[in-house]
Amino acid sequence: MKVLVCVKRVPDTGGGFKLTADGMRVDTTNVGFAISPHEECAVEEAIRIIEKHGGSSTVLTLGPPAAQEQLREAIAKGITGAILLEAEDYESWDPAATAQAIAETVKPLGFDILLFGNESADTCNYQVGLRVAHLLDLPCVTGIKALEIQDNRAIAKREVKEGWEVYEVALPAVFTVKEGINTPRHPSLRGIMSAKKVPIEQKRVTKPSTQLVRKALKKPQEGRQLEILGQGPEAVPKIVEKLRELGAI
Amino acid sequence: MILAILETAKNALSEASLETVTAARDLAQKTNDSVAALLIGKGVRALAASLRGVSAVLIADDERFESYVPEAFAKIAAAAITQKSPKIVLAPGTETGNDLMARVGARLNLGLATNCTEFFVENGALKRVTRSNWGGSLLEEVEILSSPIVLTLAPHAIAAQSANGAAPSVETLSVALSEKEFRVRVRELIPSEKKGISLTDAKVVIGGGRGMGSAEAFQMLEELAALIGNAAVGATRVATNNNWRPHSDQIGQTGAQIAPDLYIACGISGAIQHMVGCKNSKKILAINKDAEAPIFQRADYGVIGDLHQIVPALIAELKRLKGA
Repeated sequence: MKVLVCVKRVPDTGGGFKLTADGMRVDTTNVGFAISPHEECAVEEAIRIIEKHGGSSTVLTLGPPAAQEQLREAIAKGITGAILLEAEDYESWDPAATAQAIAETVKPLGFDILLFGNESADTCNYQVGLRVAHLLDLPCVTGIKALEIQDNRAIAKREVKEGWEVYEVALPAVFTVKEGINTPRHPSLRGIMSAKKVPIEQKRVTKPSTQLVRKALKKPQEGRQLEILGQGPEAVPKIVEKLRELGAI
Repeated sequence: MILAILETAKNALSEASLETVTAARDLAQKTNDSVAALLIGKGVRALAASLRGVSAVLIADDERFESYVPEAFAKIAAAAITQKSPKIVLAPGTETGNDLMARVGARLNLGLATNCTEFFVENGALKRVTRSNWGGSLLEEVEILSSPIVLTLAPHAIAAQSANGAAPSVETLSVALSEKEFRVRVRELIPSEKKGISLTDAKVVIGGGRGMGSAEAFQMLEELAALIGNAAVGATRVATNNNWRPHSDQIGQTGAQIAPDLYIACGISGAIQHMVGCKNSKKILAINKDAEAPIFQRADYGVIGDLHQIVPALIAELKRLKGA
């Protein structure tokens, strides 16, 4: 089994966002970077598939040279190979452009399973995986929270309001993964050490024409005015009064 | 023409679809255009005539469309766009809507701006849109260079409004489908094992975060929910990562997006990734022992104190009132 997992390097924003002076980007001064959460689960899923069925796994990202950090993190957890599509201007690539570069790179490599995150944490475009699938003419199921491989078929489950949609597709196929499919492992110390020695295949890529152009980034208005109801259990009568007022009870 | 591609569930238009029609009508008014709707599914013919505020409804009613058939739906939607040459195509920004429109965008080689929240029209033409980034923590203004402009609307971004007027014309769209368009399809639908009301339907949602401290502590939130009625219990990513609650209970950027009348946040610090999941709540009541917690900057009502004392006291008071 040959498994590909595509990830994106995103700022690790916990507390809040600062924007750059030109209002075009998130200010990443003194901010760490991470693999987007859904993709972290996709990495874990790729490792589990290989542990169970054998074969090789490759992690791929399109990003700046520093994105090697995220690729090495995936290798430290158990991914066996890595490809960096190097593009300093990666933030201005739209999903169609990103998908084109990924599809061109992976087409000759013959992967059986191609995993993506359902959507990246930052731009939330919901489409790179599907566009790659289209370019490679492969079936694709998005937003999956369970994946089972049986011979040359995959059973994927997608959680919907009513329950679970169960899909069965022939491999090769593309899946976009959602958090909840598994609990990602932490890399071992040995993994971290040996990941440093694994070669990363690097390829410089040039942005094709794009259809989406960012004009500005802004913070939404927050229109809530805080009213403190009290402190400790003594506030309970005020809470009850508020619940009544709001029609909750 | 503005083409609204709608989704149906249980023989009715979804709330997100009604919002989409409302947004399409608004855009049509500003661009001096008309709205056509596209309905794909089993039994959608019966829904078409009841739609108002649109001049035409295109339907692809097929026995095989009991559930979503991604590639078949995408082929039909792409054919509708090719045939009708709309200026703008708008669909709900739900999981299925985003899946469908990404497939359509790929087929027609068109850009797609997902989860739009605002539209900027100048001189009768749509120039730019605002769309969600970071699950809605930030907003991005985007220009779309490809034509037609293909968009999905962020759920809850605008309120659905009903329209009056004449019944629309109904046109059957026939698109030849081959086996290939059925290579991805739902083989089985397993009903949810979860009992009670869902997070997205509940009028009141009670969320627990790091401050809960254990899976057992969530029992009192369940008890509170039962006393309130029409209420559901949710959790933060910390709580689901600690296995205190299943992942399906998670509220936030990588979990559920809720919009109840009231959200009661217990022991939740208010990380942005959580807050984007509950920002559409009409009111937010936060209970936290840390007066400096960011949640108090994003809540309507605050109670400062230990939830492990306050929640049991609230339960006791509600029981006393019920008994009286």
